[in-house]
Amino acid sequence: MTVFKGRGFATINYPIGMNLGGDPSQALVHSNPDGKFGVALSSIDLGQGMKSVTRQIAAETLGIPVEDVYVDTADSDTGPHCMGSFASRGTHRVGNAVIVAAKEARAIMLEAAAEELEVNAADLETDGRGNIHVRGAPGRSITSGEACQAAQFKHGKTVAGRGIFLIPLSEVDPETGEMTPVSCYAHAALVVDVAVDDETGEVTVEKINSAYEVGRAINPRLVEQQLVGGAWMGLSHALFETTEPYYPDRSHGPKDFSQYAMPGPGDIAEHDIAILERPAPDGPFGGKGPGEMCANPVMPAIANAVFNAVGVRITALPITPEKVLRGLRAKGGAHAGPRH
Amino acid sequence: MSVEFRKALFADERDDNLVEVGKPTRRQDILGHVTGRSPFYDDHLFEGLLHMRCARSPHHHARIRSIDTAEAERMPGVVRVLTGADVPVNLNTLLSLMDFGRDDEPLLSTGKVGYRGEPVAAVIAESESQANDAVSRIRVVWEELPHVLDVEQALAPGAPVVNDAYPNNSFDYHDKYDHQKLRFGDVEAALAAADHVVEGRYEMSPIEQAPVETNGAIAAPETSDRLVCYTSTQALFFSLATAAKLLDISSSRLHFVGGTVGGGFGGKVDSIVEPMALLGCILTGRPVKFAWDRAEEMQVGAPRGGERWYLTDGVMNDGRIVARKFTGYFDAGAYTRLSSYAIVKATGHLPGPYTIPNVSSDILCVFTNRTPATAMRGFGITGVDFAIESHMDVVAHEIGMDPVEFRILNAYRDGDMKPHRRVAKNCALIECAQVAAEKANWRIGEAFRRMSSTRDGGGTRARIPPTVTDTDGRIGDRRAGRSAPGPRRTIAPTPSEPFAPSPAPDAPPVRGPSISPPAPAAPPVAAPSRPAPPPTPAYSHPVAAPAYDPQRQPAPPAAQDPPSRPSRYSRFATNAGLRRR
Repeated sequence: MTVFKGRGFATINYPIGMNLGGDPSQALVHSNPDGKFGVALSSIDLGQGMKSVTRQIAAETLGIPVEDVYVDTADSDTGPHCMGSFASRGTHRVGNAVIVAAKEARAIMLEAAAEELEVNAADLETDGRGNIHVRGAPGRSITSGEACQAAQFKHGKTVAGRGIFLIPLSEVDPETGEMTPVSCYAHAALVVDVAVDDETGEVTVEKINSAYEVGRAINPRLVEQQLVGGAWMGLSHALFETTEPYYPDRSHGPKDFSQYAMPGPGDIAEHDIAILERPAPDGPFGGKGPGEMCANPVMPAIANAVFNAVGVRITALPITPEKVLRGLRAKGGAHAGPRH
Repeated sequence: MSVEFRKALFADERDDNLVEVGKPTRRQDILGHVTGRSPFYDDHLFEGLLHMRCARSPHHHARIRSIDTAEAERMPGVVRVLTGADVPVNLNTLLSLMDFGRDDEPLLSTGKVGYRGEPVAAVIAESESQANDAVSRIRVVWEELPHVLDVEQALAPGAPVVNDAYPNNSFDYHDKYDHQKLRFGDVEAALAAADHVVEGRYEMSPIEQAPVETNGAIAAPETSDRLVCYTSTQALFFSLATAAKLLDISSSRLHFVGGTVGGGFGGKVDSIVEPMALLGCILTGRPVKFAWDRAEEMQVGAPRGGERWYLTDGVMNDGRIVARKFTGYFDAGAYTRLSSYAIVKATGHLPGPYTIPNVSSDILCVFTNRTPATAMRGFGITGVDFAIESHMDVVAHEIGMDPVEFRILNAYRDGDMKPHRRVAKNCALIECAQVAAEKANWRIGEAFRRMSSTRDGGGTRARIPPTVTDTDGRIGDRRAGRSAPGPRRTIAPTPSEPFAPSPAPDAPPVRGPSISPPAPAAPPVAAPSRPAPPPTPAYSHPVAAPAYDPQRQPAPPAAQDPPSRPSRYSRFATNAGLRRR
C-alpha cells in the first residue's frame, strides 16, 4: 500500500441570477413613528443570511444604524413580489430593490430634517449613527428619529419607499444562442492537495487554497460562511454524494443519511481562503452572489489532483474508491504526475 | 482555516469607506436559530391537524389500469383519500409561469406513471402513521411498460415514450430544434487547422440537495374564506401562483407564509407540497400537513439531475485554444420541471471563462424514466464546469503546459466578446488564478504573474467572427433516425470596430447585418468555402478598465412581441422572449 500525493487546479466564473422571462424582485421600506424602519420582502432566508444582508444594505442606504432596521419576510399579504431565493440572485436582485426603496424613504426623511433645520435637503448628510447634519457643520443636526417623527406628525408625510429591480427578459436566438444571460459574474480559483491510497482507492483532501471574487463582501462573515460551507459541499459532491451510485442504473438508491454518503468531521479539509472584491457595476454596492459558485471549482480540482497523484482520470462524479481502484487496475498501477 | 481579503486588487473600483456595508454584523435571526425558537413552517401546528401521505408507483414506467381506494377509506383515522380526479387542474409545468414549455406533469397521476415514486393517490388521516397504514391498502392495478434510463438511449429511434407531452423524449426549443444551439465562428475549420484536437466525455450522477428540513407545507382555513399556507418554499410567489393554477382558485384567496427555511439548495422550488396540502384543506375543511419524509426527499423529491457532456478542443502548440465544441445531455427525468431552463443558462455560460474564437454547443433536455430533476446549487453550471475544468487539465497535460499558466493564457478579459455575443466586463479570473497559485506556492512564470483581467482584452478579441450555422437536430429528427447534417450557412462577420467600454453592462455589441434565419427563397450557402478561423490576436490592445459606477443599470429590453395568447393564470414574465417551447 502506498499513499500518493497530488495537486489539482481549477478556475470558474459564475452567472449571478436567472434570465428566463425576466428576473424581478421588489421591496417596501417604511418608518415607524420613532424612525425605526421595516423592510418588507417576500424573499426567503434559507440560512444564507438574506435577511441580514438586505438589512445592512437598507441601513447603509438610509444612513441609519443597522439596529434601527428590521427585515420582515415572507408573507404574501404584506411582502411584495420576489422571484425567489435561488440562482445566486438574492443579494444582487433583492439588494438592488432594497436600495431603490430605501433611497425613496431616505429622501423623505431628509426633506423633513431640512424643514426642521431650515436648510436645503441637498446640504444634509447622514453619519450612519442616527444623526442627520448639515454638511460641514456637524453641530446643526437632528436625529433620524426626530426627522421621521416630524414627517409623520407635523408634515403629514409617510417616510416610505418602494423598490423594484428587474433584469429584463432576454430573447435567445435559436440559431446562434445570442442572448443576454445575466449582468455580472463571480469568479473563483483553487488549488487542492490530495492523498490517494492505491490499495483502498480512497481519496483524502488534505488542503484547499482558494481565491474567490465576490464583487463586494457586504457581510464578510456571511461570505466566509458561504465559502467554507460551499467548498465543503463541493468536496462532498466530488467524493461522496449521489442518489444513484451506478447512474444511469437506479439501484442502490439511498433513503437516509446512513446510506447517503457525505464527509464526516474527519473528512473536512483545511481551507485557506482569499477574498477578492471587484464590484459589479450593477450590483448593490458592487455585491454579486457567493452562494452557488463556491462549490463548483472543488469538483474538477479534486479530479485533477487525483490524476496528478496516480495518473487516473476520473470523468464521472462522484470519485468513489471503486472508480479509483478500477482506474488503477486498468493502468497497471499508479503513475504520479509532475510536482507543482 | 484562514480568511484574508486582498483589498489591494481592484481598490480603485471600490469605495471602502462605507458605514455598514462590509461589516461583520451579527445576523438578525441568529438568536432565534441558536435557541431553537425561530418559527419554521412546521412550527405552525393547528388543533385537529390532519396528515397526508402519498401512494406511489413501484415501477419506472407503467400504465394505471385502476385505483381502488375503498379499503383505504375504511381504515382507522382516515378522513379522505384523493386521486387525480380531485385535482381541479391536474396538469402543469412549473415554468408555465414564464410561458416556457408545455404542461406535462399531473399533481396526482391518472393515466400512467413515468418514474418510480410518482404519486397516484393521497390519504388524509388523523395521524401520520394512520395515513401510512391506509396508503398500503390502496390497490393499484399496474400494466408495466418498457422503460429507458439512459439519456442517449432515450433519444434512439424506438425508445419508449417517457412523457406524452414530448413524444420525442426531448424538450422542444423555439418550436424548431430538439436542443439549444450556440454557434460562434467556424468550429470545424478551426479544429481542422489546430495543432492538437482533444476529445473528452464527462458525467455527473444525480445529487440530493439534502436540506436538514425536508419539503413540507401546512394549509389551514383562514377567516374570510381564505386559506393560509405555511411553507418551506424557496420561492413564495412561485409556489402561490402554481397552487392557484392547479387548484383553480384566485390568488387573492391564498395567504402564503414562509421565509425561514431549513436549507434549500434548489430542492424547494418545485411547489408540490403546497398545492397538495391546500387541496386536502379545501376538501376536508381542516388544517392539513403534507411533509416528505427523508426517503421521499432523497428518492422522490427532485435531485440535481444527471448530466453527460462531450467536449472537443482544438489547441495550438503555444497553448491557445482555437476551438471548443460541446454536446450536452441534461437528464430531466420524467417531467420538465426546470431542466429546460438550465440548458439556456448553460448555453449562456459556455465555453467557460475563456476567450475562444470558435465555439459551438448543442444541449438537449432529455426525458428518462427516473425521478424528475430540478434546481440545485450551481444549476446548469456545476456539471459543465466539472467537464470544462477536467478537460482543461487534460489539454494542458496533452500539450505539456502548466495547468495554471494554461488557464491564465486563455482567460477572458475585459472587452472580449463572448460567444453569446455580449462583451465581457468586470472580469477577475486571472487575478483569482494568480492569488490561489501564490497561496499554494504553485510556481508560475513571471509573465503570467503580471497578466491582468483589465489589460489586453478587446480589440480583435471583441470581434464577432464569421459564423457557420446549420439546421441540424430539428424536432423529431433523432427519433426518426434522420441524422444526416443539413446545409451550412455562414453569417457575415461584424465589421471590426475598435472596442470601446460598453455603456451598459452586457449591452448588445455594435454589429453588422442581422442574423435572422435565411429567408425561404434564398438558397443556403453551402459549406465548401469556409473561411479560415480568425487569428487569435496577440495581447497588444490595452484597454482601460471601465470605471465602477453603481448607478449603471442593464440595457433596456429589446422591443418585445405582443403576448402570444391570453391566459387566466399568473404570469411572472412579459410573455415575449422565451415563449412556449
